[in-house]
Amino acid sequence: MLRKLFKFHGGVKPQTNKTQSTTEPIASVPLPDRLVIPLHQAVGGHPRPLVQPGDHVLKGQRIGGADGNLSSAVHASTSGIVRDVAQAVMPHTSGLTTLSVIIEPDGEDRWCELEKVNYRSTPPDELRDFLRDAGVVGLGGAVFPSYAKLKPGKEGKLKTLVINGAECEPFITCDDMLMRERASDMLKGIVAMRYMLQAEEVLIGIEDNKPEAVASVQAAIKASGETGIEAVAIPTRYPAGGAKQLIRVLTGIEVPHGRRSTDFGVQCFNVGTAFSIFEALEHGRPLISRLVTVAGNVTAPRNYDVLIGTPMDHLVRLAGPRPDTDRYIMGGPMMGVRMPGFDVPVVKATNCVLVGSATMFPAPPPEMPCIRCGECAKACPADLAPFEMYWFSRSKNFGKAQEYHLFDCIECGCCSFVCPSHIPLVDYFRFSKSEIWSREREKESADGARDRFEFKNFRQEREKQEKAEKLAAKAAATREKVATEGAATPAAADGEAAPKPKPSGDDAKRALIEAAMEKARQQKAQVAPKNTDHLAPDVEADIAAIDARRNAAPARAADTPDA
Amino acid sequence: MTGIALVLGAVLGFASIKFKVEGDPLVEKIDAILPQTQCGQCGFPGCRPYATAIADGEAEINQCPPGGEEGIRKLADLLGREFKPLSEEHGVEKPKSVAVIDEATCIGCTLCIQACPVDAIVGAAKQLHTIVAAECTGCELCLAPCPVDCITMEAITETVDTWKWRYPVVEIKAA
Amino acid sequence: MNNSPFVRKAASVQSVMLQVLLALVPAIAAYVWFFGAGILVQLAIASAAALAGEAAMLAIRGKPKALFLTDLSAVVTAWLIALTFPPIAPWWLTVTGTLLAVVVVKQLYGGLGQNPFNPAMAAFCLMIVAYPALMSQWPAAGQLDFKTQLDLIFGGLRQVDAITGATPLDALRTALRSAANPDSQLHGLRTSQLMDGPAFGLLGGKGSEWIALGYLVGGLWLIRQRIITWHIPAAFCGALFASALLLWGMRPDAFASPLFHLASGGAMLGAFFILTDPVSGATTPRGKLLFAAGAAIFTYVIRSFGAFPDGVAFATLLMNILVPLIDMKTQAPVFGHKKD
Ligand code: SF4
Ligand code: SF4
Ligand code: SF4
Ligand code: SF4
Repeated sequence: MLRKLFKFHGGVKPQTNKTQSTTEPIASVPLPDRLVIPLHQAVGGHPRPLVQPGDHVLKGQRIGGADGNLSSAVHASTSGIVRDVAQAVMPHTSGLTTLSVIIEPDGEDRWCELEKVNYRSTPPDELRDFLRDAGVVGLGGAVFPSYAKLKPGKEGKLKTLVINGAECEPFITCDDMLMRERASDMLKGIVAMRYMLQAEEVLIGIEDNKPEAVASVQAAIKASGETGIEAVAIPTRYPAGGAKQLIRVLTGIEVPHGRRSTDFGVQCFNVGTAFSIFEALEHGRPLISRLVTVAGNVTAPRNYDVLIGTPMDHLVRLAGPRPDTDRYIMGGPMMGVRMPGFDVPVVKATNCVLVGSATMFPAPPPEMPCIRCGECAKACPADLAPFEMYWFSRSKNFGKAQEYHLFDCIECGCCSFVCPSHIPLVDYFRFSKSEIWSREREKESADGARDRFEFKNFRQEREKQEKAEKLAAKAAATREKVATEGAATPAAADGEAAPKPKPSGDDAKRALIEAAMEKARQQKAQVAPKNTDHLAPDVEADIAAIDARRNAAPARAADTPDA
Repeated sequence: MTGIALVLGAVLGFASIKFKVEGDPLVEKIDAILPQTQCGQCGFPGCRPYATAIADGEAEINQCPPGGEEGIRKLADLLGREFKPLSEEHGVEKPKSVAVIDEATCIGCTLCIQACPVDAIVGAAKQLHTIVAAECTGCELCLAPCPVDCITMEAITETVDTWKWRYPVVEIKAA
Repeated sequence: MNNSPFVRKAASVQSVMLQVLLALVPAIAAYVWFFGAGILVQLAIASAAALAGEAAMLAIRGKPKALFLTDLSAVVTAWLIALTFPPIAPWWLTVTGTLLAVVVVKQLYGGLGQNPFNPAMAAFCLMIVAYPALMSQWPAAGQLDFKTQLDLIFGGLRQVDAITGATPLDALRTALRSAANPDSQLHGLRTSQLMDGPAFGLLGGKGSEWIALGYLVGGLWLIRQRIITWHIPAAFCGALFASALLLWGMRPDAFASPLFHLASGGAMLGAFFILTDPVSGATTPRGKLLFAAGAAIFTYVIRSFGAFPDGVAFATLLMNILVPLIDMKTQAPVFGHKKD
């Protein structure tokens, strides 16, 4: 049963450091004093809070409702009292805050009423809504709402469902442990996903440095009697666990940036996601906990089943952090993000809390100039030329950087990893990307402002014209009146009775203007706000002054149209 | 609602055709660089008139405070002119802000609505007015007309969606 | 505190340069064996000059000295200069060449990583134009003892014609030209007969073919160490071989054999150490092939029809000019955008 595997370009082999955290089984975590559950935990819209301070919530109760086309619900991870719905620091390098629900557990850990579904008898749309409301998102780190990915492509079916158990990042072993300990449940989740996607075959890709996981999954497949599902050991090379890279390794298909993989007949899910889909469908349990590896600068690295919202330091304390610990990293050493503090909460994206110190992860040696050695290009799994992108990012020539496919960069860090000049290449790429995005936003809003400004001018112009037309009509009438009234007098003898806009004489013209101005004044007076009763005298005075100015303005404007 | 949208669309379409006919590519390019705040600080009634004036050689390139130094640099590049620091008589570069109406004080006088160049204020006579933050350009033109001084400018704070990665600091230890 | 990745490979510019220097050692050993220890003196002079020049420029440009001096890139340039200049070049020639390379070609263009031209080759070209006679004196293998060499390098001893000849490349070309001339006493001799002289060995110049072998060995080791890729050496040797084969095949009496071309002059040094300079060379795989093949053809043309003893230096500079264009045009398709 030898499957043909494909290679992806580049990649690196950092020290895996995985064995340390797989010696002990998955452990549970005692309830913390406080859970901080950010409402925005997944790609897409910001869920709106469904609870208020003081509310009592039950475990699994929805506290954040999905909002918009792409969004995912959030739930209370345990029963307790909502202490606050407020801004709290989120697990993000920026150190910015986000709206979070802060729950004080009551210690009972009492579930709300759970509702299961039978995925075979539920219409697909309802099933997707169910998963959205169960808060199931991709647990590999991208936290993309899973329901949105559980749609087969245009053809209504899929060739290959790829399940990602590669886990290529050093230190992280939560997927490994999941596959070892919960393979059969995970498999049930996979079967459900396969059904929803109508996938012909399922390939579970696992890096070959996890033989126990491969064996356990293979045993589970055998026990389940399912056919067309295969656990495939793939060569260990970072970033084999990148969705695109894994799809490439298993199927040979390269999904370009910005394209949906279903267009190519494949879809990819993380093993953890498969397990949470099982939990949701089989038990009705929403996503309120996940497996988290605690590793790095701790005496007892291990995997824990952690409630979402648990402060990271509460969790890390169990693993015995060493005294020189100076940082937490969420994720692995290659792509992980530095946390702004120790008490930020574990969220759905937290696959690992990597505890670090200055000796464990020393600052890179000083950056030297790029010598164009091409090491980065050799290591880049997206076949990019990082040094060219770096050159243009550094000089802020973003257009050129994009020409070198900046947005195809998956920020895997391989280039920074190998660069002999110690250039933080990925930092430059992240910088360029966010700069380009912000410029696009600015441009969009400038374009909007320009349109609205032009529209306003256009509208004012039109209003002026309309007014002018009205005035012209009025003037014609006046002129006629003037003409008839003055018919007896010789002065008006040369006046033309026809409503031609050409003024007939000085007197007539002045009369016309007078009339127009009077009319304008009257109109303005009608429009003038009358809701300014009962105001303080100084405010009244202000308003009077403004009114005076405004009245002066249209009078000037009225001069022009008739000419 | 749909009717309004349709009418607006038609009008906008018409406006765009109208402007296209008159469009001058250089003015377009300059206008694309200007921030479209429409604040008039440059001494012209909006960004486009200023763009036209620059194109005609009647205005300096350093009169737009919202565009700031970066804007001036881009204009200098586009026009092949020398870079100049922002002219002080036209104002100073400020962090981007939006106007906020204190809803408790607003008397619903509509003066600000008329002043706003980009229709970012909604409200009707005697009704409370609100500013659509996403559409406000921060031009400050609505501040002066307000009879009860209930409009203030608030600097835009960073959110996760607008947060940017900083330019990597190059630290070469001096030896 | 830095951002991800938090771990890095233990690679540095210094270690890269150090390995390049190590890879030059076999050739230097052969050089010493056949031509005497004078080359070691040249290497020392050039290294000292390069470091001094670099230090001065770094001080003027306000760059950290310790960091950039220890990256060893200046030493690599210095060694390449010493190895391409005649071993008995007077010390000031070596020093001037090295300073030109480091100060003008490298630092004035922005220092490490910024120079569009290969510093060693640019210096070589400048010096051969400025001092054609001094740059063309090559002793034959074993001809001069160490003392004479030292005298030549440091002293005023200048019995130029008596003790030095041209490089084998030069000699053969002159010989071939004479052979083609009916008035010459060499007229009518074949290439193989011309190469019978004491200056020639099995393939190329006597002794120098062993040095070429040294470069080959060092170069292959560099490929093994993944410092360089196979593209440039293979394309260079291949294209040089092919163009030599073409003309030699047509007129074996008028042109040197392909193997002679490969084993002579700066061919091996160029293929493995000069053209592979990443800063001034092409970087994309296809670009490298084009770049090296172009350099080989230029080298062959200059060697066979030009006035200079060797063509590698000029060919390198010519191709350096084309690098931005080559790199731009040969960008490989990125992930997911390949047509296959
Ligand atoms: S690895 Fe570093 S030094 Fe080498 S080409 Fe890439 S950026 Fe430049
Ligand atoms: S971070 Fe981007 S450029 Fe660097 S190796 Fe990864 S994909 Fe390539
Ligand atoms: S100063 Fe104001 S109106 Fe003038 S160009 Fe700048 S943003 Fe536009
Ligand atoms: S709301 Fe005020 S500050 Fe904002 S765009 Fe309108 S007038 Fe300018």
